[in-house]
Amino acid sequence: MRVPSGTVVAAAVAIAGESRFRRSVSGEARGPLCGMGTCMECRVTIDGRPHCRSCQTLCAQGMIVQTNE
Amino acid sequence: MGHLVVMDDSEAQFALTSYSVSLWRQLAPELPSNVEYDPCGTLWLAVDEEEMQEVRRKQAYYSSRNVPVEVLHGEAVKQAEPNLKPGMAGGLLVPGDAVLYPPCAAGFLLRKARASGAELMLGKSVKRCLPEGGVELDDGSKLTAGFSLNATGPWSPCLSPNLPVRKRKGHLVITDRYPGFVRHQIVELGYLKSAHGASKDSVAFNIQPRKNGQMLVGSSRQYGADSNQVDPPILNRMLKRALEYLPGLADLASIRVWTGHRAATPDKLPIIGPSLQSDRIWLATGHEGLGITTSLATGKLVADMLLGRPTAIPAGPYAAARSSPCESTHN
Repeated sequence: MRVPSGTVVAAAVAIAGESRFRRSVSGEARGPLCGMGTCMECRVTIDGRPHCRSCQTLCAQGMIVQTNE
Repeated sequence: MGHLVVMDDSEAQFALTSYSVSLWRQLAPELPSNVEYDPCGTLWLAVDEEEMQEVRRKQAYYSSRNVPVEVLHGEAVKQAEPNLKPGMAGGLLVPGDAVLYPPCAAGFLLRKARASGAELMLGKSVKRCLPEGGVELDDGSKLTAGFSLNATGPWSPCLSPNLPVRKRKGHLVITDRYPGFVRHQIVELGYLKSAHGASKDSVAFNIQPRKNGQMLVGSSRQYGADSNQVDPPILNRMLKRALEYLPGLADLASIRVWTGHRAATPDKLPIIGPSLQSDRIWLATGHEGLGITTSLATGKLVADMLLGRPTAIPAGPYAAARSSPCESTHN
């Protein structure tokens, strides 16, 4: 997908229509709560690197984001 | 730390750990899932030819005692654990070893004890064990019993003066979830030299996977460090050591660091059986880093000895009255 420069990954995921950013230890779907980098619920895998806070990461050309893990 | 491991440091340590690991294996089907029993095995790592000689010595020792093991060379060890730093000389795989989560294992054993009639008292402490049997509590009241058993680990000398048990501090780090980053409990062979090291502060690498993909990273050993505070310089040494084996750890997130104290004895064997103070005051302490491993065997030995039944292994090496240190294969 394409987003305007300056968009954070969390917004891109939401624009893509995905609400399940990650799974809890017990398998429940989770998504962003605080939007400011402290709740850790927005974590996704970015370019193979797990547990990245999507609300704190800017989208970049060619970036691969995996959700629901 | 939850590692259930058969050790070869001495005949007495081998007997106790192999007996206990097989007891855990028998209990495994009964353990609830929160105990996280996982028969993942141990991978002892050798970085060079000198440590490979140790691998071969261990292989001969375990094989002659019917413990299945497999020697892995260079490339095979990398396949067993892809995140290892390249260039390892090899290792020894012990598939019969396992890991579990000790707090929930203790909870399970406690529930079993209470179901058999044991009474748990919280919020009281024992001031002393009575030579005639029973204990005196901190409020001055007494609980009568035929025997008392001091199993208070690093605090056991408080209840049994002159017990040769010293506190040996350790650090642990737990990571975030990275399923599959390691597949076995991995231990560097230098670990054994560290557990032997007399009084110097030491670190030795080991790592344990948990079922949800978190990993426990250790280990450190310090005498004379009785505070529970995290010690940044030794933590730093411990993690630097870990990175020499798993460089990819540097990119992972750690969630928490904490400390604990082991109960260490001069000959590295626990003290199990009647004390020297009174034959109605019993001891089960001094297990150093093998508490969870040897817990079941310790319980069985105490029960058998108290009831006058033959023990499954000789109990002499763990007697409080022993005077000569056991021969170590690593002298």
